[in-house]
Amino acid sequence: MGKVLMKGNEVIAEAAVHAGCKYFFGYPITPQSELVAYMARRLPEVGGVFLQAESEIAAINMVYGAAGTGARVMTSSSSPGFSLKQEGISYLVGSELPAVICNIVRGGPGLGNIQPAQSDYFQVTKGGGHGDYFLPVLAPSSLQEIVDLTQDAFNIADRYRTPVILMGDGMLGQMMEPVEFLDPKSEELPEKNWATTGTRGDGGPKIITSLELDADGLEQRNKHLQEKIVEMKKNEVRYEMYKTDDADYIIVAFGTVARIAMNAINKARQDGVKVGMIRPISLWPFPEKPFVETRDRVKSYISVEMSAGQMIEDVRLAVNGHAPVDFFGRNGGVVPSQEEIYHKIMAVAGGIEV
Amino acid sequence: MTMKTVFQKTKGLTDKPTHYCPGCTHGVIHRLVGEVLEEMDILEDTIGVASVGCSVLSYEYFNCDMTQAAHGRAPAVATGVKRVLPDRFVFTYQGDGDLASIGISEIIHAAARGEKITVIFVNNAIYGMTGGQMAPTTLIGQKTATTPFGRDASVQGSPIRVCEMLSTLDSTAYIERVSTHDVQHIQKAKKAIRKAFEAQKLGLGFSMIEVLSTCPTNWGLDPNESLDWVKDNMVPVYPLGVYKNKME
Amino acid sequence: MEKKVVFNEEICKSCSLCVEVCPTNVIFLADYLNGKGYRPAAVIDQENCISCAKCGQICPDTVITVFRPVKKEQMV
Repeated sequence: MGKVLMKGNEVIAEAAVHAGCKYFFGYPITPQSELVAYMARRLPEVGGVFLQAESEIAAINMVYGAAGTGARVMTSSSSPGFSLKQEGISYLVGSELPAVICNIVRGGPGLGNIQPAQSDYFQVTKGGGHGDYFLPVLAPSSLQEIVDLTQDAFNIADRYRTPVILMGDGMLGQMMEPVEFLDPKSEELPEKNWATTGTRGDGGPKIITSLELDADGLEQRNKHLQEKIVEMKKNEVRYEMYKTDDADYIIVAFGTVARIAMNAINKARQDGVKVGMIRPISLWPFPEKPFVETRDRVKSYISVEMSAGQMIEDVRLAVNGHAPVDFFGRNGGVVPSQEEIYHKIMAVAGGIEV
Repeated sequence: MTMKTVFQKTKGLTDKPTHYCPGCTHGVIHRLVGEVLEEMDILEDTIGVASVGCSVLSYEYFNCDMTQAAHGRAPAVATGVKRVLPDRFVFTYQGDGDLASIGISEIIHAAARGEKITVIFVNNAIYGMTGGQMAPTTLIGQKTATTPFGRDASVQGSPIRVCEMLSTLDSTAYIERVSTHDVQHIQKAKKAIRKAFEAQKLGLGFSMIEVLSTCPTNWGLDPNESLDWVKDNMVPVYPLGVYKNKME
Repeated sequence: MEKKVVFNEEICKSCSLCVEVCPTNVIFLADYLNGKGYRPAAVIDQENCISCAKCGQICPDTVITVFRPVKKEQMV
């Protein structure tokens, strides 16, 4: 097929279509509205259905209904709209329905602004809605990676019967890069015999619900959800390590920030500082292995985020006291420059507080 | 002497005894929906969407595939189902809190989009499940847990007439308000529910039947008194009749 | 005689809607309790039941099954 130059938001949409997603319910919100509009044009071409919902709440509930029929379905939003979806996401988890939900993060809290941010990290990685659960969260840092991770997202969703979050930021959504859409690799996935499609020819009524009035019964359900969490923690970790083999200092960054940090790292290396990066690609399950491997030989970690410091808590948990963990961040929609990150590295290496 | 069966339980309902209060007309309305689905022979092609309220467990009573929706969101969930499976029959079953309070946006927009679903709207002018609070359809002067002195229009506004409101939307196909206060009206209610599903079968657009219903427990009346209360107090405020009909 | 109305006593909730609606007043609440503690609706005077099925239609719990006696077809 060859490479095409596309905008990030549209890549997400096209990747979803390539993964077999035929149903999209969404609402416009900057900076992801192009994704919604692309789906409006594209889904009728593949015999799918696009519907602009009246709100993000309605959209997530339409996803719930469609997911219940066994279809591959997606919605997307940005931070304030993503907050609105939390009840619906909790229902998807409790009813064990697969779906992909994209959050293109913007400055917050409240109405905030439309510039890039990573300050929804807590919301996506710590469940987000009510109840005991975690969601797989995938954070691409390039448009080609979006293509692969979107495919993964739908497969993870179907494999474990769970919603999956695809998390980007406004910069990723707006940037343009060449991408290639290869045929998705086929995968053995469980049959959806729980789907509500009518009872003709298939036995008794199927019920999709997250209600369980008996406390012991609900505890059993939760045990089952927790078992899935254990499996996902084992099987769905993704990360990248960059120049960490001999590193004295390790930056921890994801998404757009990781790309900027890479330039800062290269410059610092030129100036004699042995610095590398751990780039979590799955924010949940958070990759512990790269930290276990490095925490006894590095002088410190630096978590770099477009937030006031959210991923840093997971870094600290993974480092478990074996090494100091420092922080550099910009928030409110400000994107850190590679100079700022470079200066932070040099200051930490030189023992100076910045 | 040969005996012919004149009335028996429909296959549209499961065998599970309901949890509804004695005399609550939810049970009657469930039966009507079940009978219509059975008589139209569409039970196996139907997916129902249960809502939140006293009828939250309705997925245990309707003998078809059922999905349980978050409070107020049933029309959106039904939209998701019907858009993926346009040849199946999809209905929601909602009370006055679910449909007219938290779910007012979802019902208006599902109706505006002309979603080819059938909504069964059970209006008993009160919140039953949570202990008798005011509903958007509570009558002026009616005492509830949150209007202990009687609903006062100057403080809590006036009741919402959903049928009238939705009938202004062009993509609605069949809207009728019926009642359950005596056998004659119950029979009319069944005919209306049948028409609504026929409208869905013909692909005409959104259909809704608002059913005036009782809540003996929270009204503080016995079941028979409750039927009279519907006739004497609710029907004057919520006139029965057809509000939209694209069937002819 | 064969019964015209049969009550599934265990699921009756004593709401009395059937008692009031019956045009021949043959339905009453029994003086014993079912498993749930309700006095189930019952009919003793089957003779005077006219099989109108109003009771069945008003019952929210589908407790009642209604039959009507039919004369045997004349053999041709």
